[in-house]
Amino acid sequence: MTVKTMAQFAAENKIPEILFWVGCAGSFDDRAQKVTRAFAEILTSAGIEFAVLGDEEACTGDPARRAGNEFLFQMTALQNIETLNMYGVKKMVTACPHCFNTIKNEYPALGGHYDIVHHTQLLQELIDNGRIKMTGGGEFKGRRITYHDSCYLGRANGIYEAPRDVLQSLDTQLVEMKRSKTNGLCCGAGGAQMWKEDEPGDKRINMERVEEALGTGADVIAVNCPFCLTMMSDGVTAKEGGAMVYDLSELIVGGMAK
Amino acid sequence: MVQSIIFILVSVAALGYAFWQFRQVYLNIQLGKEETVEGPVAERWKNMFLVAMGQKKMFKRIIPAVLHLMLYVAFVFTQIELLEIFIDGIFGVHRFFAEPLGGLYTFIISTIEILSVLAFVATLIFLIRRNILFIPRFNKPEMTGWPKLDANLILIFELILLLCIFTMNGTDEVLQRLDPAHYPDTHLAITGWLGPMIFGGLEQGTLEVLERIGWWGHIIMVFVFLNYLPKSKHLHILLAFPNTWYARLKPKGEMINMPEIMNEVKTMMGLGDPDAPEPDMNAELPEFGANDIFEMSRIDLLGAYSCTECGRCTSVCPANITGKKLSPRKIVMDVRDRSEQVGANIRSGNAEFAKDASQPVSADNYDDGKNLWDFITREEIHACTTCNACVEACPVLINPLEMIMKLRRHEILTEAAGPQDWLPLFNSIENQQRAWSVGTSRTAWAEE
Ligand code: SF4
Ligand code: SF4
Repeated sequence: MTVKTMAQFAAENKIPEILFWVGCAGSFDDRAQKVTRAFAEILTSAGIEFAVLGDEEACTGDPARRAGNEFLFQMTALQNIETLNMYGVKKMVTACPHCFNTIKNEYPALGGHYDIVHHTQLLQELIDNGRIKMTGGGEFKGRRITYHDSCYLGRANGIYEAPRDVLQSLDTQLVEMKRSKTNGLCCGAGGAQMWKEDEPGDKRINMERVEEALGTGADVIAVNCPFCLTMMSDGVTAKEGGAMVYDLSELIVGGMAK
Repeated sequence: MVQSIIFILVSVAALGYAFWQFRQVYLNIQLGKEETVEGPVAERWKNMFLVAMGQKKMFKRIIPAVLHLMLYVAFVFTQIELLEIFIDGIFGVHRFFAEPLGGLYTFIISTIEILSVLAFVATLIFLIRRNILFIPRFNKPEMTGWPKLDANLILIFELILLLCIFTMNGTDEVLQRLDPAHYPDTHLAITGWLGPMIFGGLEQGTLEVLERIGWWGHIIMVFVFLNYLPKSKHLHILLAFPNTWYARLKPKGEMINMPEIMNEVKTMMGLGDPDAPEPDMNAELPEFGANDIFEMSRIDLLGAYSCTECGRCTSVCPANITGKKLSPRKIVMDVRDRSEQVGANIRSGNAEFAKDASQPVSADNYDDGKNLWDFITREEIHACTTCNACVEACPVLINPLEMIMKLRRHEILTEAAGPQDWLPLFNSIENQQRAWSVGTSRTAWAEE
């Protein structure tokens, strides 16, 4: 797959339709890279001209800020804002709700104003306006799917319906967990927990959530966040299977007309 | 006449002491830092109207919502009756509004009676829920001792108050029917039949005494309640209003920016305002974040005082659910308890609490050798996933996460402490601009 960077577009004196903000997980985590590829494939087949920042992208600073390290957050965030403003970026999309939240809600106070959407919102838009067409078949047709709301897309930004609409287009059977939408339970990764050992307790948070997800009888757990993806996959593995964990873009790639 | 004088004296004392206590709460909240209130004011009124007055958030859990609503509506309506109690008490008259209002009076007081019956039932059920049924959120470690007693006491006060109202109205009904008629007829909805059933056949003298006991009992319970409020989680019946009004309107995911750090980093990166004054290198290092209430915002302290100790936050906290020590309710209660402690120490005027012993102790000259870390452990705040479930759950729009984040900021920025596990994360972001020191290029995913 060839992807063009912002620098390449700039060299050709062109401006892409949208900047795809990949994020650290999407760039470096093996499992999340698959999501990045799936989403890039969708953008390509929808005929959207997109760019990435490539190595000019830096961590948005979400984990640093939530760990309490405001200095580091400001450093990395201001660096990103400089890069983005240099290229005159306006429209962005990302597959990570943490990047989405930081850029959307926190960069403006630092001087970075962008129109950013989360990939599930863009997916919904592309399906609604017919830029991607679902085959109505696909490998997930009729399967029982449960959707796990990430905290940073859900409660933090109030986006509950777009991802569910996207799932509807797959002709699957959507089953809700008892704790969903505003009451959704965290996967355990946010607030920089991803990078540290749990505090002493009875159980890991991802196990609590995976048990609930498996309890719905679903054989697919759909997520919208690379951290949820890791946490839920680890949980399912620890439970010795029972369901597959996928990001929404992977599900769409499997069910769209190519 | 004697009764009037006693009534006036008791009222002045009770209202005066209550005023003094509420003022202390106000002053304690002022110990926090001022925070700019941003966002549309209309939104604030709407929040106050829907969440505090309309109890909107309560309806996520229907059973307690309905029970609580019964108490709440009865409480609000009974306040109408207080007006008459004051007039009767001061001027030594009896049911001042009964004759001029006639049927309307019967209607108003009957409504209060019906609501009072509902409140009575709700209170009994609440007592059972608290003490007999096992409801996990009422049985956490922070809910032992005073908080548990507090919850029960108020319910018992409520029962006594209601019993007084019914005694007062019930005996009144019987006295009305005596020959010669004592009082104007009221024909109240409940005591109109319950009164004669219970008190019928009693001596006139006994009835008169009982009526006075009911009347005085009622007003004394009101005064007790008023003076008890500032010491209790029941302060929420008042503070829920300002607290929902002041609740931050920003998206839940947005953390409050720290302009002082932003500007410093901008200067470091050469992005700063070139006309800005040179930073004073000899200035005392500022404190970042909060390890005490002085650095919390007044909105945080107002929140702490508004807490109902309901535990809705804790019951949805993923850390707490999985057995970690973190309980957002405890954080909020600790911030309140620390505010109380500091407030009382400052008021004591005791020089041992002064930072500079030559000056009188005050908010700016305060050091008792303690701070919030004497209440909250590191383990608690390290367990938070910043999931915002507690913020979403709170029926009065308190934000425990904001307090937790201020503590975390203090730990990392001012104390340079915090979990060791985070050091590789910080190093990696600082040196390689990425959250993990793995992989090569950021476009490696495309190269497969
Ligand atoms: S934000 Fe933190 S304290 Fe609040 S519910 Fe989530 S984990 Fe618990
Ligand atoms: S912070 Fe809110 S939800 Fe938590 S105990 Fe207090 S009132 Fe209840």
